[in-house]
Amino acid sequence: MKALVCVKRVIDYNVKIRVKTDKSGVETENVKMSMNPFDEIAVEEAVRMKEKSQVSEIIVLSVGSDKSQETIRSGLAMGGDRGILIKTENDQVEPLNVAKIIKYICDKEKPDLIILGKQAIDDDCNQTGQMLATLLGIPQATFASELKKNEDNTIDVTREVDGGLETIRVGIPCVITTDLRLNEPRYASLPNIMKAKQKKIELIEIDELGIDIKRRLEILEVNEPPERKPGIKVENVESLVDKLKNEAKVL
Amino acid sequence: MKILVVIEHDNKNIKQPSFSTITAANEIDSNVEAIILGKDLDKTLDSLKKSNGLKKIYAVDSEIFENPIAENLSLTISKFIDGKSFTHILSPSSTFGKNMSPKLSALLDVQQISDITKVINNETFERPIYAGNAIAKVKSNDPTKVITVRSTCFEPVKLDSNVEIEKLSLNVDKNSSINFVKYDQSKSDRPELTSAKIIISGGRGMQNGDNFKLLEGIADKLGAAMGASRAAVDAGFVPNDWQVGQTGKIVAPDLYIAVGISGAIQHIAGIKDSKYIACINKDEEAPIFNFSDYGLVGDLFDVLPKLEENL
Repeated sequence: MKALVCVKRVIDYNVKIRVKTDKSGVETENVKMSMNPFDEIAVEEAVRMKEKSQVSEIIVLSVGSDKSQETIRSGLAMGGDRGILIKTENDQVEPLNVAKIIKYICDKEKPDLIILGKQAIDDDCNQTGQMLATLLGIPQATFASELKKNEDNTIDVTREVDGGLETIRVGIPCVITTDLRLNEPRYASLPNIMKAKQKKIELIEIDELGIDIKRRLEILEVNEPPERKPGIKVENVESLVDKLKNEAKVL
Repeated sequence: MKILVVIEHDNKNIKQPSFSTITAANEIDSNVEAIILGKDLDKTLDSLKKSNGLKKIYAVDSEIFENPIAENLSLTISKFIDGKSFTHILSPSSTFGKNMSPKLSALLDVQQISDITKVINNETFERPIYAGNAIAKVKSNDPTKVITVRSTCFEPVKLDSNVEIEKLSLNVDKNSSINFVKYDQSKSDRPELTSAKIIISGGRGMQNGDNFKLLEGIADKLGAAMGASRAAVDAGFVPNDWQVGQTGKIVAPDLYIAVGISGAIQHIAGIKDSKYIACINKDEEAPIFNFSDYGLVGDLFDVLPKLEENL
């Protein structure tokens, strides 16, 4: 099986974000950027499948500015074989357009398995995988917490859904989106980081694809969330219960 | 304007987020209809038709909707809406809606607006980004707006109507490359996290799974749901679906009690719409105190038994 893993460059999850003073967005200048954590889980899963000889080749794909090459490179250091970057002016291409771009690559590369994070931690959309599966007309298994490949070229995917776990059996090719507990991504070792520098990343300008990536959603403004009023510290349990009963009236 | 709400249910009961989604729809326009797809829907329809805020309900009752397979749902809905000039299609932003709605959006070639928390007007909405650390105001330029709704931000509609139901027979072939295998429901007699009035959650400070028993007695007395921080879930103290936070469940109870939870950004993002937050933590510098209405500095192993006694 050939696997395509899609990765996005986002503000590192440990960074406390700052809203720009002109409200046009979130400050990304001089901020530490990393691979979207859910996409890291996607890369890890593909690498584990390759180690089990279930996957023969792993392509790491990203859509974004030149700097997204670094993100692809970290995927290659984890065990990806080669990379593709669809170059756009910025990293803020909308999910529907990203799905169209990935479809273009799928038509060319014909992967059996497409794995990507369930959502990016910047825009929190949770859409790209579902849209891609729809455009390709192939099954989707979202929010995966366990994959089991069967003999007959189907995959049993356990999904984290509200109220429990659902298992579905999907045929190949398919799109899988990863949830947090699918695996714990490895740290790339220094030798593997060095080796990744030799791996090939193909650069394709977005204009070559003939896909219109004009935004459909206008971002009018971005604001800080309303802050909660500062609370008080209570002395003891009795006082806590008293406040909850008589002041907040929630007990 | 004409709005369609996609109803989530389990072939027995309507899921609470559906009723909040109907409220959000009515904030856009009062011309709201609903569609429900399932198997043996009679009982489910009895409760849905009581819903306020709906002009009509379309019901598709078929074997293929015994389980909510997104491919079958989205294809059927897109067939149904074809030529009907719906301007908005809303689904709850639960795992059901998150799984299905983007497919609908791709079939219509429109950019979905995920997880709205506020309706500004018929084309402008607010939605959280960066785990709720920023709020974006977005305007959609698409002819049909496909939207998912964060249910904790909209009160559920009242249930004292009698809405007209039209049964539809839409023939869609079941997608043969996706098959349902099983559903393991987490067993609990307590209220669900997303609809509970009171929630008590434990974090890494609980030290192990057994110690969550200390929260049980309190939860019993309060009729509360039980939750946990991601740290507690990752440490294996409690099952996955207890997790409250941006990557788990977003909750908004009247009272949220955080025990031994430090208050990581991603946990706060999941609880900050709670009416009151109380916390118990031995580290008085823990960030959770900045978000709590009432904070008690103390060792949870001393405090919890006393709290249970005092309730």
